Amino acid sequence: MDGYQKKKYVSKLIFIFLLGNDIDFGHQEAVNLLSSVHFSEKQIGYLFVSVLIGSAHDLSQLIVQAIRHDIESRNPIFNMLAMQCVANIASKDMAELIGKDIPPLLSSSESTPGVKQTACLCLLKLLRVNPKAISIDQHALRIVQLLNDRHLGVVTSACSLLEELAHINSMGFSDCVPVAVTRLSRIVTSSHADLHDYTYYFVAAPWLSVKIMRLLQCFPIPDDAIVRSRLSEALDAILNRAQEPGKSKKIQHSNAKNAVLFEAVNLIIHFEGDPSLQVRACNLLGTYLTNKETNMRYLSLESMSKLATSMTTRDAVRKHQDTVLKALQSERDVSVRMRAIDLLYAMCDHTNAKTIVEELMSYLQKADYGIRETLVLKIAILAEKFALDYAWYVDIILNLIRYAGDYVSEEVWYRVIQIVINRQEVQGYAAKTCFEALQAPACHENMIKVGGYIMGEFGNLIAGDPQSGPMVQFQLLHSKFHLCSATTRALLLSVYIKFVNLFPEIKPHIQQVLQSDHQARNPDQELQQRSIEYLKLSNIASTDTLATVLEEMPPFPEKESSLLSKLYQTAPWTAKLHLDKAAAPAKPVELTVSGTVTPSVANGPSPQKPQTTPTTSLIDTTPAPVAAAQPPPPPTDPNTASLLVDVFATPSLQPAPHPLSLSSLL
Amino acid sequence: MIRFILIQNRAGKTRLAKWYMHFEDDEKQKLIEEVHAIVTVRDSKHTNFVAFRNFKIVYRRYAGLFFCICVDLDDNNLAYLEAIHNFVEVYMVCQCIFLSPSHNYPGQVLNEFFHNVCELDLVFNFYKVYAVVDEMFLAGEIRETSQSKVLTQLNYLNTLD
Repeated sequence: MDGYQKKKYVSKLIFIFLLGNDIDFGHQEAVNLLSSVHFSEKQIGYLFVSVLIGSAHDLSQLIVQAIRHDIESRNPIFNMLAMQCVANIASKDMAELIGKDIPPLLSSSESTPGVKQTACLCLLKLLRVNPKAISIDQHALRIVQLLNDRHLGVVTSACSLLEELAHINSMGFSDCVPVAVTRLSRIVTSSHADLHDYTYYFVAAPWLSVKIMRLLQCFPIPDDAIVRSRLSEALDAILNRAQEPGKSKKIQHSNAKNAVLFEAVNLIIHFEGDPSLQVRACNLLGTYLTNKETNMRYLSLESMSKLATSMTTRDAVRKHQDTVLKALQSERDVSVRMRAIDLLYAMCDHTNAKTIVEELMSYLQKADYGIRETLVLKIAILAEKFALDYAWYVDIILNLIRYAGDYVSEEVWYRVIQIVINRQEVQGYAAKTCFEALQAPACHENMIKVGGYIMGEFGNLIAGDPQSGPMVQFQLLHSKFHLCSATTRALLLSVYIKFVNLFPEIKPHIQQVLQSDHQARNPDQELQQRSIEYLKLSNIASTDTLATVLEEMPPFPEKESSLLSKLYQTAPWTAKLHLDKAAAPAKPVELTVSGTVTPSVANGPSPQKPQTTPTTSLIDTTPAPVAAAQPPPPPTDPNTASLLVDVFATPSLQPAPHPLSLSSLL
Repeated sequence: MIRFILIQNRAGKTRLAKWYMHFEDDEKQKLIEEVHAIVTVRDSKHTNFVAFRNFKIVYRRYAGLFFCICVDLDDNNLAYLEAIHNFVEVYMVCQCIFLSPSHNYPGQVLNEFFHNVCELDLVFNFYKVYAVVDEMFLAGEIRETSQSKVLTQLNYLNTLD
């Protein structure tokens, strides 16, 4: 079989494979094609290897051999074919074997632009696959200099490589910043006639501009004043271009232009240097909020969310509140509405919290089921953070349970209980509201849990009123008992024993319930245990012992909210929003109801001093974890959630040492 | 970075699949089906971006074909949307026959890449699509964006034996 025939049959095999059938022969012949001197035969051989073989195979040794041979060849076309194949299939082993062969091609002045381009990206792949196998220290300088290459394709590829290198070691490659800035500035100020090969619908080198700006986001703001001013000018030019009327009516033109714009906004946010640039960017984005293209509205909402938490642009963002609210109600694409929600969440502060929370609540009632859980979390977090008074907060949470009970995760109602326990002034109100809420004929189970617990703790505060006397309370709860799941019933049993302590006059009734067969012989082990133990407790304990055992829950230590970490889990893209929120200086929230609310809410034993002393918000995190000064971590970093150490992540709450602490809510 | 590129028709048949991270064969099949399901139900009132697992898909529909690029959440949406278009302008030259014949492509020189296109030519030239893809995208990044440079190179490769 000669080369031509081999090529013909191997390509037929590939074709059949691409149609969806398995191929179990022909591999050897394909690998043989790799050593052919004819381009077309090599090409088919490499295609077969890339598509069908990958890197783990018996023939991999032969393949690597052929690849190395082609990389060392003097024929640039063969170099590129081989490197393309490596970029497609590289594995850890391959990186070790071939890693040393690539960098010389980058540095050599004899390499054609095409070879350099492919070498850059081949090296990038190897770096990602096996960073330890690649040592480029002696080539670092040459790689940076590639940014100055005349061939813009080479610059494009070099940018990608440098971005990865900067992630691994940003200090070592900071020399590329001035070069990159100069390059960017030359591109954005050029007229479109200069770069005719790389002008796309009248926009000069849009992808390269975007890549350079992404590269710059790997580094902190440059120290050199000249570099800084050149960068400011370039960003200014980009903002200007965006505001000019387009040179073409085609959507490709505006998309390309705006791609550059949005990346510029990212860069402006990253550097946070020039406030006027930030405000300009913000205003520009504001004009896009009502653009007729859905893509643009989506992206401007998204970008604005990043600006909403910064001190400089806060007010500029807030001007658009009404537009965003309208978008929430009128947008047809749910993902755009999600962005509107994110923006409202980010721009919320104590001046507009009431409006925003109420708008979000009304949206919740018609929202898609898929987004309800995130929305509930966000509303809960906002309500807590910007509570005008805690009575309002309690109302909001109870409404959340009413409207979207299924989507109110545990962390939300644990939180409302923690807050009510910690805030003496709202306990009576909470008890009363829960009592009223429970009277509704159809009650969500979460409402029963919250209501039950609150009444168990603070039912005595409303027992004076005959309409909510002890027996009434008990009967109200017990009427819902049989509707509940086992965990809720267990909770209710705990409430009953607390009632025995609070309201000794109804002790016999409660005991009757506890000793009924339904409880005492309940198939659920937890229910059975509780009812028997509680019954025993109510019988043998003296009033004093009972009072001690069932004492009111002491205030919980003030730690970070579990809601934030839950939010990270369900909506990872909001992680960056939170980082900004946390990094922004903590504003003390004025809680006006009962004078000042001190951090150490000291009713009983106050176990730990909270970490952040002047603020009273329960959500603000400690200063250290998210330092905005350093180069920011890769934006989507779910690990930052673990920085919010959550005491309440496990159901068993551990307050201060307590004799027989009823530590589990469930 | 780009995670994968998919070109599918409305029925779900894959015209091109290029993977830039490792997936097993059955995972690939599942991804293909998921992407198809997500993308085909969207219409013009939706954006061209949709969340997908912990990535996002930037896509556009050209006649009966969906061109989808799966990228990371922090990647620039519009840049990749236009990267698709850029690629399509080059790709359409090669694959014109697969698209609806009644579709009019003003300004496109359909036979620039293929002289005297015929059925057999296409059957034996399918591999050239991969050459186009690898010229413009490599290792999950954009490699070359100049249409003229790409076409020049491809024409040159065509002359080699």
